[in-house]
Amino acid sequence: MNVLRGEKISAGTAIGPLWLCERRGPLEVQAIVDVEQELSRFQGSKRNVKEQLKKMYGTAMEKVGEKKAAIFEVHQMLLEDPEFSGNIEELIRRGKTAAEQAVNQVGNELTKTFLDLNDEYMKARAADIKDIVQQLLSDLQGKKPLVMPEGKFIVAAEDITPSMALQLDKNKILGFVTTKGSSNSHGSILAKAMGVPAVVDLGYDFSEADNGKIVAVDGNKGIVYLEPQAETLAKLKAQVADEAELKASYSKLIGQPTITTKGRKIELGANIGQVSDLPAAVASDCESIGLMRSEFLYLGRETYPTEDEQFNAYKAVAEGLKGKRVIIRTMDIGADKTEKYFELSPEENPALGFRAIRICLQRPDVFKTQLRAILRASAFGKIAIMFPMITDQGEVRAAKNFLAEAKKELAAKNIPFDKNLETGIMIETPSAAVLADELAKEVDFFSIGTNDLIQYVLAADRGSGELSYLIRPNHPAVLRLIKKIIEEGHKAGIWVGICGEAAGDFSLTETFINMGIDELSVAPTKVLALRALIRSL
Amino acid sequence: MQKFTYTIKDPVGMHARPAALLVKTAMTYKAKGKLSCNNKEADLTRLIALMTLGVKQGMKVVVTFEGEDEKEATEALAKVLSSNL
Repeated sequence: MNVLRGEKISAGTAIGPLWLCERRGPLEVQAIVDVEQELSRFQGSKRNVKEQLKKMYGTAMEKVGEKKAAIFEVHQMLLEDPEFSGNIEELIRRGKTAAEQAVNQVGNELTKTFLDLNDEYMKARAADIKDIVQQLLSDLQGKKPLVMPEGKFIVAAEDITPSMALQLDKNKILGFVTTKGSSNSHGSILAKAMGVPAVVDLGYDFSEADNGKIVAVDGNKGIVYLEPQAETLAKLKAQVADEAELKASYSKLIGQPTITTKGRKIELGANIGQVSDLPAAVASDCESIGLMRSEFLYLGRETYPTEDEQFNAYKAVAEGLKGKRVIIRTMDIGADKTEKYFELSPEENPALGFRAIRICLQRPDVFKTQLRAILRASAFGKIAIMFPMITDQGEVRAAKNFLAEAKKELAAKNIPFDKNLETGIMIETPSAAVLADELAKEVDFFSIGTNDLIQYVLAADRGSGELSYLIRPNHPAVLRLIKKIIEEGHKAGIWVGICGEAAGDFSLTETFINMGIDELSVAPTKVLALRALIRSL
Repeated sequence: MQKFTYTIKDPVGMHARPAALLVKTAMTYKAKGKLSCNNKEADLTRLIALMTLGVKQGMKVVVTFEGEDEKEATEALAKVLSSNL
C-alpha cells in the first residue's frame, strides 16, 4: 500500500481502478536528417492539432457552452503565436533540432515563463501550454489517442489539461488524482463542478505500471491510497456507501423548505469568501448568503480597491442570488488579515487590536468607498449590510452615520440604491453580547460570529492546541450568551442568525433551534446536510 | 498616433479569454497596436506576450495604435477592454 497526501480539492470518497490519461516515457527522437523535412513535419502536426482544436471547440460549444469552449480558441491562438510556433521553427532551423525536441524545449521555456509569474491564475496557464505541447508531440510521434478503459475509473495525470477534460467521459470518472496542480487548475475546477472527489499536488509520479491498480481517494482528508490494504479498503468502502446514501437523500431536498417537524421555518444561508464561490453557493440551494466576506477585495494587492471594482463584485453576487438576500460584511481587515498599504503597526495582541470596524471608523474615506459600492450594488438584488467587531452603541451609531452620508451622496447624484436595505451587526465581542438589548434597538438583525465570540468569552486563543478543551462552541458560557443574544434580539423585534463555524456544528443545531435562532449560515457544501437535519428535528 | 489609458477591473486581471479577444480585435486592423503596463510593452497581436505582462486588477494599461485606421482600432479596443476587463 502506498499512502499519498496532497491538497484536497473536492470532498467525498471514491474507490476504483486507476487510469493514467496520458502517455509517459522518453520521447523517441531520431537523429535529424533534413531541416526542411523537420519543418514540414512540424507544420503538418501543427495543422492537425489546429484541426483537432477546432473540432474540440465545436464539441465544447455544444457540451459546455461558449464561455468554457473559449479555452480551445485560446489554444489555437497560442499555437499560432509567434512566441510559440515562431520560436519552434527558429529552433529547428538554427539549432538543427528534431521537431519533437524543438516543441519540447520551447514548451518548457514558455511553461517556465508562466510559472515564474507571481500569480496563481497565470501559473495555472502553464498547463495550457503543456496541453498543446502534448498534442503536438503525440501527433509528431504518430500516436493514436488514448483509449478509455471499460467501466468506471479514477483518472490520474501529472495535471489535467483542458483537452483531457473534454475527452474524458464524465459518466465514467469516479475521481481525480494528480501529481501537480492547484485549486485553480482545470482538473480541480472540473472535479468541483462534477462533485467527484479530487486530491491534487500529490507529488507522486504516476506511471504506466500503475494503470489498473486499485486506488482509494479520500477527498475529505486529502489522502490517496494506492493498492490499499484490506482493512483500509473495507473502511473506505463503508465511507463510499454512506456518502452515496446521504447524497441521494440530500438531492431530494433541493427546492424543499427548511422547516422543522414542528413547523418552524429556519432560514438556511451560505457563507462565501469571494465572487468565485458564487456558483457553489447557488448550486447548494441556499436560501440566502448569510455572510459574504469582503476582505478578499482588499487582500493580495498593493492599493485600496476602488469603488467600481467593489461595486462590480457585489453586483455580481447580488444578481447571482436573484433576489435572495446577500449579507455583505464590511471589511474585517486587521489581526492576521492585512496588506502593507493599510500601514497598520505591529501589535502585541492583534485579535484585540486595531481591526475591522475600528479601522473603518477612523478612516472614513476607505469606509465610505465600500459603503457606496455596496449601496450601488443594492439596486441589482437584495443586499443587506453588516458591521463586524462591534463593541458598543457608539460604534453602531457612528457606522450608521457614515452609511447615511453615503446614501445622501448617492441620492444627490441620482444614483439608485435600495432605500429599504437592512442593516445589521455581528455579535462577536462579549461587550456586544452583554449590551445586546441596547444594540438591538439600533439595527435590523444580529448575526452571531461564534469563532471570535468563543475565543473572547473564554479568553482562549483559538489557534492554541493546548486550549482546545476550552475552545468549543458548546461551552456553557458561550451557549448562555447565545441564548441571551437571541432573546434580546427577539424582544426588540429583530431576527438573529449565526454565521460562525458553530452554525455548521450539527450537534448543536437542535440547541440553537430550541433557543429560537432564525437563521443559520454555513459553507455551501453543508447547506443540504443541514436542511436534512433541521427537517428531522 | 492614438492613445488611451484604462484601469483593469477584472479580479483575475489579464486572463486568457479577454486577452484572446484583444488579439482578435487588434488583428482586424492595419494599425500597429501596443499595450503597455508595468514599464513593459506587448504587441497587441501577440497573446503570450499580453498574458505574461503581469496585468492585474487595479493596474493602469496604456494602449496605442499607429497606422491608417488607428482611430477605429482604438475605439474597438476600448470597447473590448471596458466590457471584458
